[in-house]
Amino acid sequence: MSTTTSEASTESGGSSENRPKGLGLTGWLRWAWRILTSMRTALILLFLLAVGAIPGSFLPQNGVSVDEVDQYFRENPDLAPVLDSLYLFDVFSSPWYAAIYLLLFVSLTGCVIPRAMTHVKALRGRPVHTPKNLQRMPYAATFSTDAAPGTVLEQAKKVLKGYRIEHYGDSVSAETGYMREAGNVLFHVALIGLLLALAAGSFFGYRGNMLMVEGEGFANTLPSYDAIYPGHWTDTDRMEPFTLQLDDFEVVFLEDGELRGQADSYSADMTYRESPEAEEKTHELEVNEPLTVDGVQVYLLGHGYAPEFEVRNAEGDVVFDQAVPFLYRDTMSFTSDGVVKVPDTGGEELGFTGVFLPTATEDGQGELVSSFPGPENPVVTMEAYQGDLGMHEPQSVYQLRTQELEQIGESTVMEMGDTWELPDDAGSVTFSGYSEFISLQSNRDGTRPFALGAAVTAVGGLLLTLFVRPRRVWVRAAEREDGRTEVVLAGLGKTEVAANNQEFHELTTTLAGRLRNSEPDDGPNPSDPQESTNTRE
Amino acid sequence: MTYTLAGPADEAMASTSDTLIIAMIVVYSVALFLFAVEAAYGRRTELRAGKLMPVTAGGQKGEDEDIHVNVRTTEGEAKAPQNAVGKIALGVTGAGFLMSLVQLITRGLAAERWPWGNMFEFIVAMCLVAVGALLYASWRYQARFLGVFVLVPVVLLLGIGVRWLYVEPGPLIPALQSYWVPIHVTATIIAGGAFMVSGAAAVTYLIARRAEDKRAAGHKVSGVAGRLPSAELLDRISHRMVLFAFPIWTFAIIAGAIWADEAWGRFWGWDPKEVWSFISWVIYAAYLHARATGGWRGRGATWINVLGFVTVMFNFFAVNYMFSGLHSYA
Ligand code: HEM
Repeated sequence: MSTTTSEASTESGGSSENRPKGLGLTGWLRWAWRILTSMRTALILLFLLAVGAIPGSFLPQNGVSVDEVDQYFRENPDLAPVLDSLYLFDVFSSPWYAAIYLLLFVSLTGCVIPRAMTHVKALRGRPVHTPKNLQRMPYAATFSTDAAPGTVLEQAKKVLKGYRIEHYGDSVSAETGYMREAGNVLFHVALIGLLLALAAGSFFGYRGNMLMVEGEGFANTLPSYDAIYPGHWTDTDRMEPFTLQLDDFEVVFLEDGELRGQADSYSADMTYRESPEAEEKTHELEVNEPLTVDGVQVYLLGHGYAPEFEVRNAEGDVVFDQAVPFLYRDTMSFTSDGVVKVPDTGGEELGFTGVFLPTATEDGQGELVSSFPGPENPVVTMEAYQGDLGMHEPQSVYQLRTQELEQIGESTVMEMGDTWELPDDAGSVTFSGYSEFISLQSNRDGTRPFALGAAVTAVGGLLLTLFVRPRRVWVRAAEREDGRTEVVLAGLGKTEVAANNQEFHELTTTLAGRLRNSEPDDGPNPSDPQESTNTRE
Repeated sequence: MTYTLAGPADEAMASTSDTLIIAMIVVYSVALFLFAVEAAYGRRTELRAGKLMPVTAGGQKGEDEDIHVNVRTTEGEAKAPQNAVGKIALGVTGAGFLMSLVQLITRGLAAERWPWGNMFEFIVAMCLVAVGALLYASWRYQARFLGVFVLVPVVLLLGIGVRWLYVEPGPLIPALQSYWVPIHVTATIIAGGAFMVSGAAAVTYLIARRAEDKRAAGHKVSGVAGRLPSAELLDRISHRMVLFAFPIWTFAIIAGAIWADEAWGRFWGWDPKEVWSFISWVIYAAYLHARATGGWRGRGATWINVLGFVTVMFNFFAVNYMFSGLHSYA
């Protein structure tokens, strides 16, 4: 087995016996540090890191979808607050998860830095002295040859190609695979670098969600966002001053076969400016083709329908005329729900809830459903409310506060162009057409390249760690009583992969073979023992 | 808004591919049976010294002179049950592997894209890699004795794939139409297949280890368990497979992060699929650490390895069905 391995394990194994007895603060600290930087602790912390991540996949997370967390609260009103107090809806930003990975990284630093220093020393040094008793090595082979000891050692040096070699008296000591240790240190250090890059990204960057209807624009300022998640130290007053406009959006749906209704492609024609003064540019935004503007990435997340409504008040004046984004219930039918709020009617406020069906069809029971996500037969059904919309308080644009409202009627199925005359002379509403909208995400994270660099370095270091085989070989050649030379070749693999006796054995057979072949020309006369002694260095 | 037609682009290719997959299951089952016969009735034969095999102590021939080798090893004997039936089993497995390759190609031609875009295709490709790894291990490490243990999950997974996960070849959802599919997904498939063989060797190790302990306690061990090669050797093969798969898994996660950055606007978002890939990665890192930690090497480390593969499978089945996330394309 490997020596590195056993070194690491004695260190951890010894920790419990070396418990300080009244050693005072420094003693305790030193003891705690030794425990923390032991391999066993690293192992336990790695486990905790894995186990701690599990609730993050079973429970909805605020960082992934706030809506799902809200839904969970509604469905489990008793359990949710308890879970929330344990940060189980924010696992990956919770103090306890941070404690695990920070401890792990402290442990890692404490483990790797001493190793790195030892390694630097080893890099400068020469291969160690040949041990007295080579037979105690994991692999030792003995054979005799007629070649002189000097010749044996010369040949051994040739066989040990790629090794760092030192000559010690009647033996050579050779070592190779220094890059493994360097790789291991590099790997672990790169992990620390990755963590730092991630932390910096979350402190200085921001991420925001917005929605754009065809023909509409967007300016990158705080109030333009539907939701924005800035880092602790992000300066939200000074965001990149770009503007965007959605010119056209197109979806291609599969129309035939088992996969009917599945989207085949999305593309959004965008016009953008880096700043108000900059020239206008265009970009075709697709799912795997984000737009990079002024160091900010803009991505296409989803899409939907925004039916257009024209609302008239009792006097017949147009008091509302715009496209209203509706949210879909599922992607196969794109049945979508939305709310129209008309506060300025001149009289009582009006509110509507509506359902949009892109391809209205009657199902078996005579119910109206949407049978395809594309708009083959778009219809809307609505319910109208009158009263107080409660707009003085902040509220979601997708929900109607019905406490102060009175329902005044339900529409029939409206096709495009249809007008519904509201009851009680409250006015009328016309379903005048539809646009499409897209939901976008913007993301500003200047540390992405560093994170990538650290990750790539980690892989490089890992490959060195796993596949470079550090090992030592010694060859001793001594003359025997009978005049022949006894050769001992011993090998020690410092890691498990390197501890491959077969490989040492190949060195032995190669050396033995070369000595046999080289005897006639460069070896001294084997029948004359006297001469071979003379050539000894 | 435009529409396109869907459905297999090439019906002939599609049906060839579907027929082949049934044939593969039959062929692998036959090979499995033959391997089982070898495991149960083969004669325990000394394995040749070679890759991963111990060089045993004593005299070794170096052509004409005697080389005396002295090795300090705690290893048990490297013997495995072998007979002619096992050779046939290996041949049959090889034939199954070729069929699997053709299946993959025809499936790709039928769908006109990379043939690993949904769960069905993914699991079939992973089985292909696992069988490939078995063939490699048989050639390189004489590890034919793993046949039974690798083919059991292969046949099971293929069965599950055909019975429950099957979908006609067809176009992919837009998120998957990217050159990252061949990069990221291929890496996860290769790593997954190798983890599978590692897991199979790990289970075999646990059985062999129990047999050795029983024998050491003076009990007789009969049946297949008593005829396995040394636990040490199984452990080493299992470790080799992780050494191969772990960097590829690491690469797959990084490639996935780059892809996520392009497609979804963040390179890491703790989506359930990402969480579980991370869990698997940490567990395999723990496995590698455990092998270097006193008291953990052997059983402890091996259980971690088995756990690692359980999380890989959980990620595949459970995460696609149980959780909603960007990755759920079940
Ligand atoms: C973020 C957490 C960590 C990860 C993902 C990680 C991963 C790895 C990997 C993949 C290896 C290669 C194993 C091999 O050579 O077979 C390794 C080796 C090693 N790690 Fe870590 N490690 C972590 C933290 C630590 C910590 C905290 C310590 C110190 C207590 C540590 C000490 C070592 C040592 C000493 C080795 C070399 C083992 C040997 O010689 O075989 N690692 N690590």
